[in-house]
Amino acid sequence: MTAGEQTLSLFLGVLAVLALASAVGWWLARRAGDEPSPGVENLNARIKAWWVMVALLAVAFLCGTGGVVLLFAFASFFALREFLTLTETRRGDHWALAAMFFVVLPVQYWLIWIDWYGLYSIFVPVYVFLLLPIVAVLRGDTTRFMVRVAEMQWGLMICVFCLSHVPALLTLDIPGYQGRELLLICFLVLVVQSSDVLQYVFGKLFGRRKVAPSLSPSKTWAGLVGGVLSASLLGAALWWITPFSVPQAFAMALVITLLGFFGGLVMSAIKRDRGVKDWGRMIEGHGGMLDRLDSVVFAAPIFFHLVRYWFTP
Amino acid sequence: MPASLVRRAAAGLTALATIGLARIVTGVRGNWVGCTPAPAQRVYFANHTSHGDFVLIWTVLPQAFRSRTRPVAAADYWRADAVRRFLGADVFNAVLIDRDATARTADPIAEMAAAVDGGASLIFFPEGTRNTGEERLLPFKSGLFRLASARPALEFVPVWIENLNRVMPKGVFLPVPLLCTVTLGAPLTLAEGEERGAFLDRARAALLALSVKEVDR
Repeated sequence: MTAGEQTLSLFLGVLAVLALASAVGWWLARRAGDEPSPGVENLNARIKAWWVMVALLAVAFLCGTGGVVLLFAFASFFALREFLTLTETRRGDHWALAAMFFVVLPVQYWLIWIDWYGLYSIFVPVYVFLLLPIVAVLRGDTTRFMVRVAEMQWGLMICVFCLSHVPALLTLDIPGYQGRELLLICFLVLVVQSSDVLQYVFGKLFGRRKVAPSLSPSKTWAGLVGGVLSASLLGAALWWITPFSVPQAFAMALVITLLGFFGGLVMSAIKRDRGVKDWGRMIEGHGGMLDRLDSVVFAAPIFFHLVRYWFTP
Repeated sequence: MPASLVRRAAAGLTALATIGLARIVTGVRGNWVGCTPAPAQRVYFANHTSHGDFVLIWTVLPQAFRSRTRPVAAADYWRADAVRRFLGADVFNAVLIDRDATARTADPIAEMAAAVDGGASLIFFPEGTRNTGEERLLPFKSGLFRLASARPALEFVPVWIENLNRVMPKGVFLPVPLLCTVTLGAPLTLAEGEERGAFLDRARAALLALSVKEVDR
């Protein structure tokens, strides 16, 4: 199969799963009659949102590299907006904040677009790391200075730097895999997101003991083990769209699903600390952009570097 | 009269663009905790921290009665130049009142009452000026009470705007994108024989009660 045919069959598979999920959700709602439980309503809202997200991804894929870079740049924008809402910045940080949105974010994605690995991999962690506190300090407000700067750095690393490693996968030059790099994004997003869904499903069906009761009420041992293992098996089954062998695909999937799980825990801890349940409300049934992408954020950079280390010359 | 048509079309487009921009920058959502978005005639009274305040309230109102909801604003600011005149009078259809009590020729309360009699809902900032300090809410001026006395049947809806002062602090022109919420509480009406101080205290307490952060925003 050509890359185009592989992508198409992958999308058809996803559409079939979504259609099945919609049918199940419709049946559950009908069975409940006039008063569907909040759980069923939330499930249907989530499924509906998945249709929209898959459609957006499909449109971006059709537009090629530019479309994918732009899609994730916008995702970064919305994620950063949610993240900074929960920080305790002060009036003196205004120019630093504006620079994050209107300079750092576009430059990072532009560097990926022009495929300048040497700069996009250190731009935020080195240059912005040093320049941002300089911009902030020039206003002379020392109140909680280190906390404010640290929160801004964290926001940029999570929402811009880490997330930008999804489209950065397109810049990898893997021998024998040229022209198929979009499928690497499919692998990452499909495995990590289905791990989230499968953790939810296994947790709802069999979950009893909570993994981290102080962090998240919804993460259970059954969900963790069932979700991570089944998503890793799915990853192994998708070896044909990757440059990996079957065991390699399984190991990669295991690594990124585990990272995704712990990423979810870390982001939960931040929400707990700030007294909110969700990062935002822009995705019906899911919460905010960061609620949907927290696992991808933690998986993307490490997946990128593992592939780069072992599969590129 | 093609010139006025062009002006009206430009005003309509500017209004849409303003609302779109407000959505992109603030992702604003209306929390209708005390009332529903019904087409009732109301006075929405809100905390005032930014020039964009009434735009956010406008954005969360259903489009059908947005054009009938007029912000009450300072004439000296919105008549200062051609751009602001266009925005104030044409785009936002503001009820412009004169803040200078010694020089003014028209009574602000009478002008607001006239707008109400014309069928409009109002957006009103009872603090009288933008709050740029650390205090949550400034003391209310008497305008809210005087309007309620002039039109006792009017519903007054408290509206708390959260976070817009971080998006656009005083003196900056470039907004920083951050999520904002607009929380609309239960309507108040002037009780029979209620004194000025009692009504203003009640209204202020109702507004402050909305400012308490919920666990789930």
